[in-house]
Amino acid sequence: MAYLELNNVSKSFGGASVLKDVNLAVEQGEFVAIVGFSGAGKTTLISMIAGLLKPTSGSLKLNGREITEPGPDRGIVFQNYSLLPWLTVFENILLAAEAVNPNWSPDKLKEHVEKYIAMVNLTPARNKKPSELSGGMRQRVSVARALAMNPQILLLDEPLSALDALTRATLQDEISRIWSEDKKTVVLITNDPDEGIYLADRIIPLTAGPNATLGPSFKVGIPRPRDRKSINHNEHFKQLRRDIVEFMLGSKSERHTAITKKMILPDIEPEDLNIPRTMTAWRKTPIRKREQKEESVEVKP
Amino acid sequence: MKSFKFDWLVLPLIGVAVVLLLWQASCATWAKDLPTPAKTWEISKPYIMEPFAKRGEMDQGILRFTWYSLILVAKGYFLALVIGTPIGFFLGLSKTFTKAFDPIIQVLRPVSPLAWLPLGLVLFMGAGKNASELGALFTIAICSMWPTVLNTAVGVRAIPQDYLNVAKVLKLSRTKTLFKVLIPASLPYMFTGFRLSLGIAWLVIVAAEMLTGRPGVGGFLWQEYNALIYEHIILCIVTIGVVGFILDRLMSLVEKKFKTA
Ligand SMILES: Nc1ncnc2c1ncn2[C@@H]1O[C@H](COP(=O)(O)OP(=O)(O)O)[C@@H](O)[C@H]1O
Ligand SMILES: [Mg+2]
Repeated sequence: MAYLELNNVSKSFGGASVLKDVNLAVEQGEFVAIVGFSGAGKTTLISMIAGLLKPTSGSLKLNGREITEPGPDRGIVFQNYSLLPWLTVFENILLAAEAVNPNWSPDKLKEHVEKYIAMVNLTPARNKKPSELSGGMRQRVSVARALAMNPQILLLDEPLSALDALTRATLQDEISRIWSEDKKTVVLITNDPDEGIYLADRIIPLTAGPNATLGPSFKVGIPRPRDRKSINHNEHFKQLRRDIVEFMLGSKSERHTAITKKMILPDIEPEDLNIPRTMTAWRKTPIRKREQKEESVEVKP
Repeated sequence: MKSFKFDWLVLPLIGVAVVLLLWQASCATWAKDLPTPAKTWEISKPYIMEPFAKRGEMDQGILRFTWYSLILVAKGYFLALVIGTPIGFFLGLSKTFTKAFDPIIQVLRPVSPLAWLPLGLVLFMGAGKNASELGALFTIAICSMWPTVLNTAVGVRAIPQDYLNVAKVLKLSRTKTLFKVLIPASLPYMFTGFRLSLGIAWLVIVAAEMLTGRPGVGGFLWQEYNALIYEHIILCIVTIGVVGFILDRLMSLVEKKFKTA
């Protein structure tokens, strides 16, 4: 029996069915990447594994036991970092460490937290508040917080999607290094097939929603440590990428919907701050949107 | 820099001058009983120049009176926060609690301090010579706590799901969740409530002192009205306004500090 097992998991919000019959089996120590379009239900899926959401039907099991609530065995890195803005880097991570190890002495906790801050190269920023950090740094705090709980399995929800390409590459290497150090089970959600191939043992595409479900898994046979530069010329890599992208686009072209919806927008057009405020360009009245009542949006693959 | 001075110094001074002129003109035309600005200054001078003098129970420097009022306000305001904040938290956290108590809060909220005060005096009738103070405290507290209650409730309801998820994933205990997540997350809203409450508490104090005849700006105002020294009414009004303005400024400084934190 696999370490993490999802059996026919479906989830709908109200009447809207987001995920349908999702099956997944992840072995201990395995690094699995789930690739999907935005809005397909990736966050919903990982929230169910984390125990934050309950499935509408089906079962989720970790280590043979039904997942009913969040637990310290699962460390999660949220898509939007979710750091507490009133706590410093140190305090954010300490909060997690304390919660998991209530009996530790303050010294031991401090040492533990410092270790994880160092692991993600943030020691110089340890006393900063999240608002003083760049996106990449916040993401690293979020990763350190999850790791400091010493979870069995690490759930990463698009941890790098919001970052620029260079920071992204650096953090990918960091995630890869951390994983190779203590071989935790990892489920990585991403919208970038390349990222999945570079990091994971196995890639599973999530079809486009609604009623999204997991497709066949693609094994990544590229030996580790993987080299970012040479991987681009690797035939297996290229083939994998073609297959995954093709599968995902195929799943999307089956759906072609036109939605007509009532637009509920603020009545005032936001001002474009890039336009310099000269006296001539100055508009006395804001632009009203009142006339625009309805808009037809074609949703294309 | 030049326009800065103009905006913040010259324009307000022009405003004051206009009001003084209108005042003077009113004295000369339709309001014959209204003391002129010069007369007001002359009669008020001893109270301003020796602001802490104590010549008798109801004849004291204006800042000394203000001080008495501030102490009473501080006590009543403190009471309002201590009672109002937890109620706000319950309202924010529990739908059932909201459904049960929101209607009664909406009904009690617009009741004027002038209506509450007699009830306060009745409630504490047994307290002898403390009755007027306790009645006043009751009135200040019950009138000024509503903004704290409502803003705290809104603040708690507005806590982003992300923060609550963090608390759930980290399995924080109830107390930890309260002190590390709920309170810090709603603090900016709470402080808006605290500031509005302080404004109301200061409004109420005058009414409370007038009706109970306690020494303080409001009590002094009422006494001088009865003693036909109308200049002092204006002195009191200006003092009440200035003190209220300063309190509001101080609170919004504190509020800003928490908004950015
Ligand atoms: N709490 C919720 N209530 C209603 N609909 C939701 C909720 N959470 C997500 N959804 C819907 O589920 C779909 C998938 O959302 P999500 O899992 O966040 O997508 P992804 O993470 O893949 O971008 C979206 O259409 C979204 O509107
Ligand atoms: Mg998502």
